[in-house]
Amino acid sequence: MTNPTELSLTELRDALKKKEVTSLEATDAYLARIEKAGDLNAFITVTADKAREMAKASDEKLGRGEGGALEGVPLGIKDLFCTEETLTTAGSHILDGFEPKYESTVTSNLWRDGAVMLGKLNMDEFAMGSSNETSFYGPVVNPWRAEGSDAKLTPGGSSGGSSASVAARLCAGATATDTGGSIRQPASLTATVGVKPTYGRVSRWGVVAFASSLDQAGPLARDVRDAAVMLKSMAGHDPKDSTSVDRPVPDYEAALGGSLKGLKVGVPKEYRIDGMPAEIEQLWQSGVDWMKDAGCEIVDISLPLTKYALPVYYIVAPAEASSNLARYDGVKYGHRAKDYDDILSMYENTRAEGFGDEVKRRILVGTYVLSAGYYDAYYLRAQKVRKRIFDEFVEAFSKVDLILTPSAPSAAFELGAKMNDPVQMYLNDVFTVTANLAGLPGASVPAGLDKDGLPLGLQLLAKPFDEETMFKGMHALEQAAGFDVTPEEWWA
Amino acid sequence: MTKSRKLLQGSTGDWEVVVGLEVHAQVSSKSKLFSGSSAEYGAGPNENVSLVDAAMPGMLPVINKYCVEQAIRTGLGLNAKINTWSRFDRKNYFYPDLPQGYQISQYKDPIVGEGEIEVELDGGETINVGIERLHLEQDAGKSIHDLAPNESYVDLNRSGVALMEIVSKPDMRSAEEGAAYFTKLRTIVRYLGTCDGNMEEGSMRADVNVSVCPAGNYDKFRETGDFKYLGTRTETKNVNSIRFTKQVIDYEARRQIEVLESGGSIDQETRLFDPKTGETRTMRSKEDAHDYRYFPDPDLLPLEFDEAWVEEIRASLPELPDAKKHRFMDDYGLSAYDAAVLAMDKDKADYFESVAKGRGGKLAANWVTGDLFGALNKADREIGDSPVSAAQLGSLIDLIKDGTISGKIAKDVFALIFEGEETGDPADIVESRGLKQVTDTGAIEKIVDEIIAANPKQVEQVKEKPKTMGWFVGQVMKASGGKANPQAVNEILKKKLGL
Repeated sequence: MTNPTELSLTELRDALKKKEVTSLEATDAYLARIEKAGDLNAFITVTADKAREMAKASDEKLGRGEGGALEGVPLGIKDLFCTEETLTTAGSHILDGFEPKYESTVTSNLWRDGAVMLGKLNMDEFAMGSSNETSFYGPVVNPWRAEGSDAKLTPGGSSGGSSASVAARLCAGATATDTGGSIRQPASLTATVGVKPTYGRVSRWGVVAFASSLDQAGPLARDVRDAAVMLKSMAGHDPKDSTSVDRPVPDYEAALGGSLKGLKVGVPKEYRIDGMPAEIEQLWQSGVDWMKDAGCEIVDISLPLTKYALPVYYIVAPAEASSNLARYDGVKYGHRAKDYDDILSMYENTRAEGFGDEVKRRILVGTYVLSAGYYDAYYLRAQKVRKRIFDEFVEAFSKVDLILTPSAPSAAFELGAKMNDPVQMYLNDVFTVTANLAGLPGASVPAGLDKDGLPLGLQLLAKPFDEETMFKGMHALEQAAGFDVTPEEWWA
Repeated sequence: MTKSRKLLQGSTGDWEVVVGLEVHAQVSSKSKLFSGSSAEYGAGPNENVSLVDAAMPGMLPVINKYCVEQAIRTGLGLNAKINTWSRFDRKNYFYPDLPQGYQISQYKDPIVGEGEIEVELDGGETINVGIERLHLEQDAGKSIHDLAPNESYVDLNRSGVALMEIVSKPDMRSAEEGAAYFTKLRTIVRYLGTCDGNMEEGSMRADVNVSVCPAGNYDKFRETGDFKYLGTRTETKNVNSIRFTKQVIDYEARRQIEVLESGGSIDQETRLFDPKTGETRTMRSKEDAHDYRYFPDPDLLPLEFDEAWVEEIRASLPELPDAKKHRFMDDYGLSAYDAAVLAMDKDKADYFESVAKGRGGKLAANWVTGDLFGALNKADREIGDSPVSAAQLGSLIDLIKDGTISGKIAKDVFALIFEGEETGDPADIVESRGLKQVTDTGAIEKIVDEIIAANPKQVEQVKEKPKTMGWFVGQVMKASGGKANPQAVNEILKKKLGL
């Protein structure tokens, strides 16, 4: 029998249904791999007992010929999702010991469909970072290494634990979240498929908030089909989230393989930025050719406001974060400083000890841009530009069905390389933040390797709630790229 | 427009006081503004707290439609503009009883805009007070500092309870006007059922804004709209009774005049009222004022509804106090004063109306505002728990009107019921206690004859001074146990005494 961890999520799903393998076998196989992969630091918490318990329950159902769309499939959960009675840290010291009494809607949906939880995945603190180095639990290491080098590389961020664990086959798939690119950039850096759905497609209830108007959860998976199946389970209207949208969830898997004939794919010239490696430019051109070969019409488009997207993002996201993170004050849960004289020093010491540098930086920036006297110049102006960026996309999507761009401006870089230069770090999000600002669905698909043998991804953007067309395009890219390289298991 | 202008005399000249109120009224709702937990008063500490109220990570607010409806109702009751598009903002500050680290409120785009209400003053004068806005917001929890020497406790039962903040324009000119406005506001929300107006439970409280300016400046402000004519205001927070509101205005006006006349200046600051001393003191100065960093709450969509819903709510509004007052004057012939006294309290108005219906207003008004309110006052009871029901009082009035009992006997029966010595239908009480008026002239003549025979001296006297016949009336009434028909007694006495 093949090793169940070698199977994709959908292959495993089918094998489980055919009783070629049991969920407990698959779960134990993954737990064994996780145990050997300590060097990757992908998990904050491994929930082995809970996983086996869930697997046994799934096997019973499967034995009766019952079970949901993900019955018995072992998944990793980004530690931003609250999971009942299971430590949930958001990668932060300030949530020390926090075990929620509730389950996020997304994970509830996954368990409803039969998935098994292997554990909680490492991430940048409060999802703030592009390299997974801001985690209180230490950086995640990318399973990919440059040829001839054993330098440790970033798996991207903030969903670095998700991307690394999927790339290293430590789970069949993982949940992730994307506020400015936190699903798509890690996917690009680890040769995995990452989907950020339309804002409102997936419930935010029970997901620790970073920037409420931008946050959206989605899957990180080995291939496009896996991502389609996971998103179907994760998505749906949730009355507990006022920004969640009440419309039916299509069968994304059914959209795969459909004809792309006549689809118009836009190529925005503004995504050709200074200093971008020639290989990424070439890969992008290959993507254009692949889409053309699949029957698409290529349309050159212009999105002139793209250059403002990053500055706008780094005003709006910290502003919302500064307010969202006010609740971590040591009064109700999580870390509380031992030494304090009064309520003010309790707040100060708790937050000084509990938050890392990047989180503090963003709270400071966010507080500043919302302050009296600066609000109009920063926050209000940023919101106006955000609205115009949205309008610009609406205009572009009146001419095209999909937009094709690179996912990230570089391949995986060495851990430590950008930690002292926040602006360089923020530039990682240059191609991805636009989709968050405009609320559009976006996805990264592995497309090739650079000269060092490191993966690179291509990004597709689609109209709001048109994930089906996006999946169709992703599938075409995947087929054309024929990417089937996996990293050498140096860590095992 | 004539204004009741109360000038305050200072040592350097006359001053005017200008008052504006921000009243927080708790929405009468079973559940909180953004969570499903109970908003009932009186639960044990932290019993009414949901995950949302405690600001657990990842929790999201969902607007309570019922609370929105109550805010619209209140806006309509204040004759105010209803904004069919409004928005919730976050007001950011740190305090342990504010678990989110921000209060969800409405800043730039409130659900209700400008309006105006009529306010009755003692002495019958009426003023108009403008409403600036009404917005919905969350209440905070409660910090308790006196349970342990080195620790504070937090009760989150109130955290997230829906409040309406009703902001007046600076249209009040004295402590009396401020108090009358607060009273009228309370009457309106109680009529509407949107707030129970219960001050002891904190359902209504006011932030009282007071400033003083030299006499004449207020009119210049009214003409120009320029705030430079008004003095710097202070805001006294969380005043939880109408009486205290009056005290705050009086105290602040006098204090500010003294400061200004001795060459000082007023700081724009937040103050606290001490009910024990009747004084206010600085809570925080402008320099310490929070920068609340308001911004639209990204967890909530803008609050939008259509005109049709507003009209539906408008159609369901009860008769409001001003309309009721005028109807009482027109339909029952009441004086403006009596009509206002009754109409300003819905329970009193309802009581009066069920007594007056089909019986005529004057007699009913006399009984309700006189005997009943007097007795309730003395017993320190509310109309809601009056021992004499409206039906009983109505029946009592019927007995007077058909001559079954006299007004005097009616008062006795009323007292018997009020004191709890009798219950049930007054007609039965009169019957069983034998209190029916004696109209049988034979029986009265017999008593009259006996009294005339027993009092020859008085008989001599009354022939010279006919006015002393009252003594005989009293004797006859006494002998009849108060049951003799007074008119019949008078006639028989006159005849027998030859007057």
